[in-house]
Amino acid sequence: MKRKLPLLIVMILGIGMTIQYFVPHPLSMNIYRIILDWMIIIGAFYLVLGIGGVLIINYHKIKRRKENWWLSIITIVSLFFVAFIGIFNGVRSETLFMKIFSNVQLPMQAAIFSLLAFYITSAAFRSFRAKTAESTVLLIVATIIMIGNIPLSKYVPGSSVFAEWILSVLNLAGQRGILLGVGLGMAATSIKIILGIERSYLGGGQ
Amino acid sequence: MNFWEKLSNLGKKWIYLMIAICVIVPLFFKFEFKMGKSPSTMGLYNKIESIAPDSFPFLMSYDYDPSTQGELSPMAIAILRHAFASHKRVMLMSLLPQGIGLAEGVTSRVAKEFNEYAIKEGKDTVVYGTDYVVLPFTPGASAVMLSIGESLKNTFVTDYYGNLTDTLECMKNVYNYNQIPVTISLAGSSVPKSWIIYAYTRYNEKIACGVTAVSAADFYPYLRTGQFVGMLTGLRGAAEYENLVRENYNVEGRDIAIIGMSPQSFAHLFIIFMIILGNISYFIVKKQKARSL
Repeated sequence: MKRKLPLLIVMILGIGMTIQYFVPHPLSMNIYRIILDWMIIIGAFYLVLGIGGVLIINYHKIKRRKENWWLSIITIVSLFFVAFIGIFNGVRSETLFMKIFSNVQLPMQAAIFSLLAFYITSAAFRSFRAKTAESTVLLIVATIIMIGNIPLSKYVPGSSVFAEWILSVLNLAGQRGILLGVGLGMAATSIKIILGIERSYLGGGQ
Repeated sequence: MNFWEKLSNLGKKWIYLMIAICVIVPLFFKFEFKMGKSPSTMGLYNKIESIAPDSFPFLMSYDYDPSTQGELSPMAIAILRHAFASHKRVMLMSLLPQGIGLAEGVTSRVAKEFNEYAIKEGKDTVVYGTDYVVLPFTPGASAVMLSIGESLKNTFVTDYYGNLTDTLECMKNVYNYNQIPVTISLAGSSVPKSWIIYAYTRYNEKIACGVTAVSAADFYPYLRTGQFVGMLTGLRGAAEYENLVRENYNVEGRDIAIIGMSPQSFAHLFIIFMIILGNISYFIVKKQKARSL
């Protein structure tokens, strides 16, 4: 029953919602709207699960005195502190909550992402070598796209047009093939899930 | 170890130092770049231009977090300036919890800056609730996109500040996608594709996007088919949009994307230079090794 019930729910909802898509009857539309409301309510539980996960992982780190366990204390205290001031002091632009977001989280996340510029340059210098015919093509294309994406491209005749052509013709052809394959794969997997053939999402191996 | 061998083994710290110089130094000098007008940028600009002033609002979703705000926030700022200057109403939302903080911060800053300019120039100022609205974060991304198609006010009962959306002038007579002329998704991920799947396919909503340069290649197929009416690509797309708004409306404000083009251009040129240098040293060292054998 523990496994059969979820499979039955998935099958009924899967087949039901597929039929619903093609039937614009008021009854069918009402069911669709109710399901949408459920989805949003269930979506709110992702946050609960996420917070729960963070708390459990960090609690165990502190309890077992794992490496850098004191960072877990900072994580938990920060989580409750920011949530507390957000709930009780509001989230408008001039509030402490938004000041923390704008002056702590925002620059920290942006700074970490910007480090990519350093890693990319170092990696490009060390690894982007024309060792084979394929890597040579990749290197030339990447160089053209990089030049085409900056205003200085006007000093390299045709680079901007060629970069645009690579993206909108060569890239498009490849992408479309991949997308069609992905689409067919998704449809096949969806049918397997609805019919109960694919059960890995239930967990527990088989 | 000769010069080329030393170059091949150049330490990371020197590369990091040089790229830092390439990014920081251009910020101290004013470089004038003539921005182009790519068809994808023009597509979005023209779509917003085609909306009747003070009519139904368009929707802009900040589907990004602070990590990609360097490329995407300038797009949001330029689009907001365009909307405010041309009297187009706008609803702001986000499918991410961090995105809504960015939406609120960016929008209130642009509105304040625009109002200062408007008062100085004797033009109409923008008013929250009438000209723009910030909607709250609602969990369940795909469900939210679908739910807007059924009932916008059921999806967002209140705005970000707790006002009932029913009471806001900007959202008067806006029930679902039928009244929203275009939805713009600014994202550093594949979220714009979800807008295509759920809002365009099911509700025939016009979709446009602003994406990071690194992910732009993934979205070209949708642009060519017309599923995206326009697309801003990375900082270049934002700079092109800023330039269009400045040319046509002359709104005062810091054009951060155009300023950002100088460090980006120098960084790109430096990376290309390093790739060429790396390859030259690789082939010379390889040749020298072959000779010595």
